[in-house]
Amino acid sequence: MGEGRVSEGRVLGGIRVYGLIVSMWMRSTMAYRASFAMTAFGNFAANAFDFVAILLMFSHIDALGGYSLPEIAFLYGTSSISFGLADLALGSMDRLGRRIRDGTLDTLLVRPAPVLAQVAADRFALRRLGRVTQGALVLGYAVVALDIAWTPLKVLLMPVMLLSGGVIFSAVFVAGAAFQFWAQDASEVQNSFTYGGATLLEYPPTVFAKDLVRGVTFVVPLAFVNWLPALYVLGRPYPLDVPRWLAFAAPLVAVVCMGLAGIVWRAGLRSYRSTGS
Amino acid sequence: MLRLYALVAAGGFRRHATYRVATVAGVFTNTVFGFIVAYTYIALWDQRPHLGGYDQAQALTYVWLGQGMMATVAMMGGGFEEELIERVRSGDIATDLYRPADLQLWWLAGDLGRAAFHLLVRGTLPMLLGALAFDLALPDNPFVWIAFVVAVVLGVVVSFAVRYLVALSSFWLLDGAGVTQIAALVTMFFSGMLLPLNVFPGALGELAKVLPWSALLQIPADVLLGKHTGWGLVGAYAFQLGWAAVLLTAGRLLQSAATTKVVVQGG
Repeated sequence: MGEGRVSEGRVLGGIRVYGLIVSMWMRSTMAYRASFAMTAFGNFAANAFDFVAILLMFSHIDALGGYSLPEIAFLYGTSSISFGLADLALGSMDRLGRRIRDGTLDTLLVRPAPVLAQVAADRFALRRLGRVTQGALVLGYAVVALDIAWTPLKVLLMPVMLLSGGVIFSAVFVAGAAFQFWAQDASEVQNSFTYGGATLLEYPPTVFAKDLVRGVTFVVPLAFVNWLPALYVLGRPYPLDVPRWLAFAAPLVAVVCMGLAGIVWRAGLRSYRSTGS
Repeated sequence: MLRLYALVAAGGFRRHATYRVATVAGVFTNTVFGFIVAYTYIALWDQRPHLGGYDQAQALTYVWLGQGMMATVAMMGGGFEEELIERVRSGDIATDLYRPADLQLWWLAGDLGRAAFHLLVRGTLPMLLGALAFDLALPDNPFVWIAFVVAVVLGVVVSFAVRYLVALSSFWLLDGAGVTQIAALVTMFFSGMLLPLNVFPGALGELAKVLPWSALLQIPADVLLGKHTGWGLVGAYAFQLGWAAVLLTAGRLLQSAATTKVVVQGG
């Protein structure tokens, strides 16, 4: 992915493999329909409880960090959808550590298909649509409840924000999985950047210490998932002194993140030595 | 017989102690979430000082306590239940039933060992890091700490009893993933992990306080914050013990029903 010019055929081949494995897992999930319905609902509810906690907070207050409930719902919805899309596409990647430990990764290495596509599609879980659905409902509420001064630019920015956000989170998933080539048992570290990042972005940046906001703007650029574009749509200033056009830099940041994640993935895969058993 | 269960508990402790990298990773994650939640609580308590009867330092202590106790009381699962469900699915459970040990006590002992390890490592480290970054309201009275540890142990037993019921349900459902997930969500919400239960408004707050999950985090936290003393403390323990007794008994009944089912299916 990151190394020089990747032939188009390889990328398309990877996508085809991904699609094949995904459809296989979808069929196998449907064998246990009751369990699928419950886990899909669980996925929906998992996030819903986070929002219920915010609603409970707002039963005592009118603003959190200077933001009203619909404004926070806007941040919450955009964060959840972007994270949900990445989780749907690549959420199984935290199983890589287990595959490295028990040696089953070797089976994937000998198959004539890109390893990343195989790992990403492994145990694909359609139930993860639950989170996207829940995020979309909350975002819908926010858009209706808020009095946003829509401009063509703001309307255009909405899908760009959600998709770029999904790609940025996907890059974190890939980089986190690559990290497991070195630290085989540390999938939880990945969780703190993915689930932790998604939780952070549900709240306005004014809530957090400046250094933390700087960290997620310039070091791990999660702020481009929703904070910067969303605050532009909401007509709110960003707490750091950054140019306003940065709100539109999200796709660029997403592409750079994906490229870097690809490089890390290749380096990790190259350093992989089988368990030898 | 007691010696056997002590050995099983020690085994549970040692087994979790071998997952070193995973433990460090868990401490890291708990700390990251501790920071995120702590800042949201600061924003909330800035608006409403003394919300739920806590001052800001107490609210922050509650946050870090929650992160520290999450693994101990297995709030998101990850205890013995995945293994038990797997044994039910594969049929290995049949051999377990022939062991000369009580099935429920066997798993409880192992789970207590697991909890002890998590309390020592994942309980203390995030708390220390949190105390470095924020002003916490930790008691200096050693008796309060002892009372707290007792409440934690009782909380683990209640948590075990609930998870045992969840795991046994796989005898009927075959695939335990859905129930496990929903149980984890309910636990997170009604234990006070997402927000202290005394911040829940009105009837929801009253309901949350009498449900068994409040024994997992809310009660131990309030014991540490000095909200339960004297007879109040006795009452809090009685509440935890009561739920433990009810749920463990339910587990026994479900277990014997499940055992009959194994015979019916022929293994």
